Amino acid sequence: MIRFVLVRVMRAVITILAVMTFAFVVLRMSGDPAEVMLGPDVPQNVIEAFRKSWGLDQPLWIQYLAYLKSIFTGDFGVSMRDKAPALQLVLERVPATLQLTVPALILKLLIGIPAGVYAALHRQSFADRGVILLAILGFTIPSFVMGLVLVLIFSVTLGVLPSGGQETWLHGILPTLTMSVGGVGILARFSRSAMIEVMGQPYIRTASAKGLKWRDVVWGHALPNAAVPIVTIVGFMVGSLIAGAVVVESIFSWPGIGRLLIVSVSNRDLAVVQCILLIVAGTMVVSNLAVDLLYGWLDPRLRSPASH
Amino acid sequence: MASIYPATTQPDARQSAGLLSSIRRNMPLSVGLGILWLVAMVLVAIFADRIRPYGITQMDLTSRLSPPGMLKHLLGTDELGRDVLSRLIQSIRLSLVIAFGATLLSAVFGTALGFAAAQFRGFVEHLVLALADFQAALPFLIISLAVLAFFGSSMVLLVCLMGFYGWERYARIARGLAISAGAQGYAASVVQLGATPARVYLRHILPNVASTLIVSMTLTFPEIILMESGLSFLGLGVQPPATSLGNMVGFGREYLTRAPWIMLAPATVIMFTTLSISLVGDWLRDRLDPTVR
Repeated sequence: MIRFVLVRVMRAVITILAVMTFAFVVLRMSGDPAEVMLGPDVPQNVIEAFRKSWGLDQPLWIQYLAYLKSIFTGDFGVSMRDKAPALQLVLERVPATLQLTVPALILKLLIGIPAGVYAALHRQSFADRGVILLAILGFTIPSFVMGLVLVLIFSVTLGVLPSGGQETWLHGILPTLTMSVGGVGILARFSRSAMIEVMGQPYIRTASAKGLKWRDVVWGHALPNAAVPIVTIVGFMVGSLIAGAVVVESIFSWPGIGRLLIVSVSNRDLAVVQCILLIVAGTMVVSNLAVDLLYGWLDPRLRSPASH
Repeated sequence: MASIYPATTQPDARQSAGLLSSIRRNMPLSVGLGILWLVAMVLVAIFADRIRPYGITQMDLTSRLSPPGMLKHLLGTDELGRDVLSRLIQSIRLSLVIAFGATLLSAVFGTALGFAAAQFRGFVEHLVLALADFQAALPFLIISLAVLAFFGSSMVLLVCLMGFYGWERYARIARGLAISAGAQGYAASVVQLGATPARVYLRHILPNVASTLIVSMTLTFPEIILMESGLSFLGLGVQPPATSLGNMVGFGREYLTRAPWIMLAPATVIMFTTLSISLVGDWLRDRLDPTVR
């Protein structure tokens, strides 16, 4: 078990390092931030001074080492635009994003999993077909289309809900709905196929053959075994709580991380983009790690060294 | 208890009554409709230049924002009086070409890496798996945003970037399948006969694992369409004057109240296309893929 945990943690650390390197390489190789920030008409000595003050005149590998060092000391740099610490700028936006993504996640779980399980237990029924159809529809409609159609219906035609901004809780309804539709579809489909697979296993037949009540078979034997694939998807959804709202935030003018990312990217605000990349990757890696460890707990077979 | 074992595990032994009737018997209506829609889309993409009634930048300033249903402009016009139908046809072509190119790129790239991991094991395998972890750690949209906005958007870069979408799935699948194929007799025996690794992988293992890979391609394809249209919607994908489905929705958004048809036409096409591919892909997976069930 210790070896299992260690291997997973090592892989998570390597992944984070790779993301850090990626962020550095992409952002530094893609152009001179000094010229972008200052504009083309600035005299050369001003550019030189700017480069010097941001350390951009050093060789790339020294910049890289300095970058790694500063990140490990918790310093994510200063936004070139706002002159405020990047980390602070990013963290300020986190609550707004979570206001959308957390309720959306809860909706996904509350609707998606029961719908999928129900469909699996009533295979080939009318309800099953309905769930499949809605689920496929749910994740084939792109979120920007869904968002705009909802705006068209509820804001433009009916005029009952606001189409953008963050003033009241009413403003959060449409973005949350938009975001949850796809996830509900995915979860419903995954839970359905996981349940169907489990229900075909011999131990389910054994359990019902020995006279267990149907409800006990489902709750005691089928659901725990179907949990492993469902946990994977849920883990992925938890990991994207912070980054999952880029498009939706942009449709509904919601001042979260996604909007900040798009604005910073078009301003080439290196420090902020780096910071967002690292935070997003960090949450994703941590939640993947949690899922991996949860697997080991849910399914003892995965703990043995032979399986990895 | 018979219902517990799905009937699909039984091989279809009675498929001898002619190809057409067996297709009709085994294919659900939704899949048939999906295939029809996809064929129509491919035909539209191929003959875009012939069937397009107007040029995509040709403006008709006397009939701006005219609603759909008129004989002159079947799907209406946009804010500059450009024909929505013509732009839609051109967009279908561009979006399909990007998605198709990117799907092929990512399948080839991922499969090659997966085979390499299976062949060399050790360090190479760890490297490939670490790269796959890295890809899974960052949402693809975030990676694309960073890369596109910093390097500027060009068509080649866009296709290459989209070509990275989903490679890690092919790599994982190809690695797993190749390792298990290596444990079976046929691969070992051609190695014994002196075949080079390239020959073993391309001529012997690839044909045996192709169905699984093709099914993954049908699953990746709609996701790439969605990703490209999402990026174009955000203004970072396909750039004007070129037009893609996502970029039409993005520009149509500003006229949502006055001219919703500008946005609804491409949105409908995106939906039907991804829906059809998903339906057909699922159906194919149930029939072809030996790894499910």
